[in-house]
Amino acid sequence: MDVTDPTVLEVFRYLPDAETEPRFQRYEITPQETWVVLDALNHIKAEVDPSLSFRWSCRMGICGSCGMMVNGEPKLTCETFIRDYETETITIEPLTHFPVIRDLVINMADFMEKLPTVSPWLIPEEGKPIEEGEYLQTPAQVAQYQRFSLCINCMLCYSACPVYGLDSSFTGPAALALAERYNIDSRDDGMRQRADVVTAHEGIWECTYVGECTQVCPKGVDPAGAIQMLKLSYALDWARSVILPKGHRS
Amino acid sequence: MTKELTRPLPRTWWLRKAPYFQFMIRELTSLVVFAYALVLIWGLWSAAGTGAFSGLHDFLSSPLSVWLHAVALVLALYHTGTWIALTPKVIVLWRDDEQVDPDFIAGVNAILFLVLSGALLWLVLA
Repeated sequence: MDVTDPTVLEVFRYLPDAETEPRFQRYEITPQETWVVLDALNHIKAEVDPSLSFRWSCRMGICGSCGMMVNGEPKLTCETFIRDYETETITIEPLTHFPVIRDLVINMADFMEKLPTVSPWLIPEEGKPIEEGEYLQTPAQVAQYQRFSLCINCMLCYSACPVYGLDSSFTGPAALALAERYNIDSRDDGMRQRADVVTAHEGIWECTYVGECTQVCPKGVDPAGAIQMLKLSYALDWARSVILPKGHRS
Repeated sequence: MTKELTRPLPRTWWLRKAPYFQFMIRELTSLVVFAYALVLIWGLWSAAGTGAFSGLHDFLSSPLSVWLHAVALVLALYHTGTWIALTPKVIVLWRDDEQVDPDFIAGVNAILFLVLSGALLWLVLA
């Protein structure tokens, strides 16, 4: 197997039991051609320094566990190849904007609490009994929301969002994109039920469209676009409620 | 429970990445657009009295004003460009199960902007 040049990994270390301040630790490795950053971290943990802590699970860009800052950019380390970096040193840090528990492990509780607040599930106006069968959709109806349904909750978008970094009360890109995913689903009638959270000050109007959430998304979800679509649909809904007479507002 | 580390965003966060810097420039250019709207309102207000309007006319004709207009034009054009780039995010059209090309949406908006600006320019200069 091909071996690339020796590489230095500057890894963020935070060991609250033993040290008060975080620091960077250098690890010199000789990565193989096929190694992603996560492979290098696993190599370090297995062969060099078992005290290093980080999260990972599937190794194939599905579980969303291994998000870290690689040279200052939020990345899924399982799909970030070392050979793609021309620098001799690669810096690995925990995702920004989240509290760090230890080394590269962040506390994701804030995100996990926000996610269900947008009611990310189908809310049909009138449910139907199971014996009436499925809620059918055409391919065109599926296409409307499909890209917004690909989120793997990796939180890279929160790390790229300076609005969330400055004010963590912001509901954030992934959760709001999920609200739009259900709002535009032909089987869903929950747009107004989601309005309280989505149109709150901490919701869509907090977004100033920096757009980096979309750039870093490993699944092409486009949260920035979803939030702008939410702004338009809720503004139109509000305008309809003001202009149209009662009975014609839905 | 061990102590968690929080890392507040430094005030210089917008200098860290080119897209963040471009975002800040876009936001600042909106102030120029706002300031120019105030100048226009001032012009309309002044038009009510002949004396006040000639004072405004003198100011607008001064070299300083011409320079300010040139700078404002460049910044307003940049701001307009960012708006046109944003349009495909808001206007999402579908042809059956295929999304209309976002570049097409932005292109149509750019052409509309150019045509309307040209018409306005023709109206003022003709």
